Amino acid sequence: MAVIVFTESWDGKFKKSSFELVSYAKAMADSVGSKTIAISIASVDQDELKKLGLYGADKILTVSNEAFKTLDNQVYTKLIAEIAEKEDVRILVLPHNNTGKALAPRLSVRLKAGLVSAAVKLPSSYDPFKVYKKVFSGKGFAHQVVNTEKKILTLSNNSFELIESNTIPEIEEYSPEVSATEISTTVVDIQKQTGKLILTDAEIVVSGGRGMKSSDNWGPLEELAELLGAATACSRPVSDEGWRPHSEHTGQTGKIIAPNLYIAAGISGAIQHLAGVSSSKCIVAINTDKDAPIFEAADYGIVGDAAKVLPELIEAVKEMKA
Amino acid sequence: MKIFVCLANVPDTTTKIKFADQKFDETGVQWVINPWDELALTRAMELKEDAGTPVNEVTVVTIGTISSEPTIRKALAIGADNAVRIDAEPKDSYSVAWLLSEYLKNYEGDHLVLTGIESSDYNGFAVGGMLSEFLGVPSVSGVSALDIEGDHAKVSREIDGGLEQVAIKTPFVAIVQKGIAKEPRIPAMRGIMMARKKPLEVVSPLSFDNVTDMLDFELPKAKPQCKMINPENAKELIGLLQNEAKVL
Ligand SMILES: Cc1cc2nc3c(=O)[nH]c(=O)nc-3n(C[C@H](O)[C@H](O)[C@H](O)COP(=O)(O)OP(=O)(O)OC[C@H]3O[C@@H](n4cnc5c(N)ncnc54)[C@H](O)[C@@H]3O)c2cc1C
Ligand SMILES: Nc1ncnc2c1ncn2[C@@H]1O[C@H](COP(=O)(O)O)[C@@H](O)[C@H]1O
Repeated sequence: MAVIVFTESWDGKFKKSSFELVSYAKAMADSVGSKTIAISIASVDQDELKKLGLYGADKILTVSNEAFKTLDNQVYTKLIAEIAEKEDVRILVLPHNNTGKALAPRLSVRLKAGLVSAAVKLPSSYDPFKVYKKVFSGKGFAHQVVNTEKKILTLSNNSFELIESNTIPEIEEYSPEVSATEISTTVVDIQKQTGKLILTDAEIVVSGGRGMKSSDNWGPLEELAELLGAATACSRPVSDEGWRPHSEHTGQTGKIIAPNLYIAAGISGAIQHLAGVSSSKCIVAINTDKDAPIFEAADYGIVGDAAKVLPELIEAVKEMKA
Repeated sequence: MKIFVCLANVPDTTTKIKFADQKFDETGVQWVINPWDELALTRAMELKEDAGTPVNEVTVVTIGTISSEPTIRKALAIGADNAVRIDAEPKDSYSVAWLLSEYLKNYEGDHLVLTGIESSDYNGFAVGGMLSEFLGVPSVSGVSALDIEGDHAKVSREIDGGLEQVAIKTPFVAIVQKGIAKEPRIPAMRGIMMARKKPLEVVSPLSFDNVTDMLDFELPKAKPQCKMINPENAKELIGLLQNEAKVL
């Protein structure tokens, strides 16, 4: 019996979310008395691989095969399902990101395992298997009960603390049988951001809304983000106007994020915007209108002009760092 | 080529959510097409209108009781040629996907299926992928652009930290998100008139099992009041973030 977790890397290192996933899987494995097995398709070296043990992986299955270079949903589903069958999976955990969202539903059908998407906590009980989750885009919460013997979860980024357990993992190479003819999707072009923080992975996010007035005013916002090691984001009208790229749009119809700190400058706090950011641990709002709804969602607020407040925050952060 | 658009009927995004008797309280709720499905439908219409594509028919499919018909009529008013309603109360993504697949698997012509990335009510993030697996066809998720050239589709999909252009043969399921169409299309008067006469087929469901249940609904806990800081006092804020909130 096993709890199996799917890990991912970025630039030769595991993502922090993969360590969160392993910590999460390990905590569940301890509760149900089973092993934790990690799947790594990543191109990472042996030292990096061993880090999965640091968070509790008993066994790591590494897969290196050209067929997995790009995400073909069917080929990936076949691989993970094969491993799940071989290792007698009880619970399978994937990240709640583009990859996990693409694969978890297919695996749910393939393995006849009920799926809970975007979990933020450990199951509240294992029998019945109950997981707390957001509904109505964060305007409510509920427990989802999974009635099948096998279960699949996707875990939201930045929602589970890393727990060290110092396991020495057994590392095993897994060679699946796949042929190129099984791949139905051909990647013809990739535009990948380099060196920049991925918004959905960032622990701090600095975000701007229509109150920033024009794309020319993003300088201080970017400088503050840079200083804090933060990613930048924006509200929907800002990306619709073309002031910022679509990849920065957060909210119900954009990206859903849960950083430790979300700084919202010139954002009114419409319910659809909050749906994407309300899980942030701490929200700071800067807005000229003291009645803006963003202040109801915020932990700290400044009533003021973003063009004046942002440079002051920059100075204050510089001072803090000095 | 025919495009099937799977539509979920959901509360308007500005709805104030209430729960009563362990269920979502529907009193006074305004129902709409799930926002991503509305964008999917808009893109399907654009592709049909583009003479350079083989798309010649757009069908919307909904699993829902008779109460979902106003939403389906809205889709017909936006421009769908016809609609199918599988007459069942949606229980979970798994059973919805299965019911959709039981209907769609019988279609033999060239086609493409569009679903949204999630429904804004139970946030399943699941039907599209599950449906493709039930049908045994490829799927592409996170789709933010879709073009069709002959029996081939060119799609852009979001990957972590970037965008990929993918080529794929029909049939497949495209799971779409923001970007697929610019603005959702709004029904015009003429469309609304025509929608009344368009075919809306009602199909009895096969018996199905859901694999998950939702219970113990609750509202988010009230947030403590926002702490206001004087605009001249940026330093105080940074201090609080460091020592009180402990996020810096
Ligand atoms: C179906 C649907 C889905 C949607 N999805 C999303 C979504 O995913 N994400 C999203 O963001 N929106 C979404 N929206 C739009 C949403 O309803 C709001 O219109 C949008 O969030 C408003 O963006 P904003 O706060 O930047 O702009 P505004 O509402 O125009 O607010 C600007 C704010 O800036 C303040 N301001 C003005 N000048 C200054 C200054 N100098 N300094 C500081 N503050 C200033 C103003 O007081 C105001 O509060 C959606 C809408 C619909 C109908
Ligand atoms: N009752 C339904 N009828 C038809 N399609 C649905 C239904 N529910 C969900 N879908 C489709 O599945 C997508 C994802 O829904 P979900 O997995 O429930 O979050 C939606 O965007 C719709 O395209």
